[in-house]
Amino acid sequence: MSLLSVRDLTVKFAMRDNTVTALNQISFDLGKGERLGIVGESGAGKSITGFSLMNLISKPGFIDNGKILFEGQDIVQMSDADLRTIRGNRMAMIFQDPMVTLNPVLTIGQQMVETLQAHRDLTRQDAEKIAVMKLREVYIPSPEDRLNQYPHELSGGMRQRIIIAIALLLDPQLIIADEPTTALDVTIQADIMELLLELCQSNNVGLILITHDLGVVSQMTERTLVMYAGRIIEAGRTREIINDPQHPYTQGLINALPQQTLPGHRLKQIPGNMPSLANVPPGCPFSPRCDYAVDLCRTTLPKIVSYGQVEVACHEVERLHADDAAQEQSA
Amino acid sequence: MSSLTTNSEPSRWARMMSSNMAYSFRRNPVAMVSMAVFLLIAVAAVFSPLIAPFNPYDPANIDIMNSELPPAWVAGSDPQFALGTDDQGRDLWSTILYGTRLSLIIGLCAVAVQAFLGISIGLISGYVGGRVDSVLMRLADIQLSFSTLMVAIIFLAVTQAMFGSEVFNQYAVFMLIAVIGIAEWPQYARTVRATVLAEKKKEYVDSARVLGFGPLRIMVRHILPNSLSPIFVISTVQVANAIISEASLSFLGLGMPPSQPSLGSLISSGFDYIFSGSWWITAIPGVVLVVLVLVINLLGDWMRDVLNPKLYKG
Repeated sequence: MSLLSVRDLTVKFAMRDNTVTALNQISFDLGKGERLGIVGESGAGKSITGFSLMNLISKPGFIDNGKILFEGQDIVQMSDADLRTIRGNRMAMIFQDPMVTLNPVLTIGQQMVETLQAHRDLTRQDAEKIAVMKLREVYIPSPEDRLNQYPHELSGGMRQRIIIAIALLLDPQLIIADEPTTALDVTIQADIMELLLELCQSNNVGLILITHDLGVVSQMTERTLVMYAGRIIEAGRTREIINDPQHPYTQGLINALPQQTLPGHRLKQIPGNMPSLANVPPGCPFSPRCDYAVDLCRTTLPKIVSYGQVEVACHEVERLHADDAAQEQSA
Repeated sequence: MSSLTTNSEPSRWARMMSSNMAYSFRRNPVAMVSMAVFLLIAVAAVFSPLIAPFNPYDPANIDIMNSELPPAWVAGSDPQFALGTDDQGRDLWSTILYGTRLSLIIGLCAVAVQAFLGISIGLISGYVGGRVDSVLMRLADIQLSFSTLMVAIIFLAVTQAMFGSEVFNQYAVFMLIAVIGIAEWPQYARTVRATVLAEKKKEYVDSARVLGFGPLRIMVRHILPNSLSPIFVISTVQVANAIISEASLSFLGLGMPPSQPSLGSLISSGFDYIFSGSWWITAIPGVVLVVLVLVINLLGDWMRDVLNPKLYKG
């Protein structure tokens, strides 16, 4: 049984006079200890996916449909009290900006002890011991002294390490990391990613890494989902997706990387913007920006189908690469 | 190894003394003088049974023949009574000390009641939001549309009529605390709600939810400590207001009875004699009241400037 299994997850936001679909029938699986990357531009629904896995979508958003099976239990149907036993305990989350995710008025020790005591029946002393142990695991120097410090006394990289330590406090099965290094210095980014990878591997913890950085995804993850306008448009093993992207959008993303451009030339960006979720075009949402779009793309939504090593949602890929048989399949 | 981290060692007191607030306090003569005067009054009030030469609550101590003696520097005074005596022959100095103590107790306790009610309601209102928020805030609006004194006068007058003045006088302190406390909670509730609305959008609240904490714990342990600065600021102002409210009610005869006078009832009892020349019974407690309220307000102003620097721009 896989650790996490998401089926047809649809998240909507109730606006004043209509509802906007932020996630549209997302389905994916994550095995125990597996690392999955979710990439896409801003507003593609990456973070919403992360939050809905914790069932933490706040108003006006709501989970409209679908199942999120975590260790066989459906998170969507769960009561708040049951959810609280999972959050932080079986499933942890790391946020983007370490400068604001720690509570500024509590010491590191208080925050760690509180987290431990909320889920386990521990004395303060025992909880502090575990906290020190976890701080040591994330290579915080002199961890005993850190317990009495406030977040503002520590640097950004240090804080993100502490946040990772807090996420690992209760030995969760799954960590959701929502752009964990975006707010950090480039050199520290690499350190933090390496640390996260090391900890996930050594503790056999599942990781969902939400990012827009394909480089990070290629180093960190085994499988990747590419999202666009609230849908998964390509999914598969990270290596296949990076080396041989099938969807024109993924190809565009990879071509837009600075490494793909000759010095002195402009970056190859994808023209246009992602459509607003309130106004997604009919057919393939990427069709207005796609070089290969044909009439079918503008009228019919492509289904996500296996193609070679990956799954992809595109009419055109099959026509580009293959024969009539593939075309029939898509229709 | 620990030489790098010695600065994490200083005691709580040393940390407090090196804080911004302590620094600005040392740089602000008005705040220092106000604090000194306030402490002087507070200490005198707390230790009034030790300081006061007479016990004004003990009828055996009072001789009606001593009534309306002027203060020591006026002709016809008795050296026993430094500030003169009131209409019943009580030593004014002792009575003021005891009265100040009552005024401070009522002021502080009433603010504690206000703060408890207001902070709980404000937290719930801001954190839960939606319909709960609307209902609670409309209640606050309704409460605010009655003036404090009006609510207090009606409530105290009705209870006085119901229980008779003897029972009422016995419980006057609690009545005053309750009524001033209940009448002013919306001040706190609104301020707290506004800060909670701003705080709950911050990511540390998300991360607390992600860690599986319940709403009560998030409200009390995470959001509340981050909302304390406006609470401190209004608390000082509210203590001053509560002392004034108590004095006003006592002045109107709805507060502390003349047998156990607070500053307000002392002023009120002297008011009848002001035209017969006994000005000191009203004037001296009046000055004490004004000074007390003034220093608290000055401290409040200073605190607002320190904790809320945005107010200075403009």
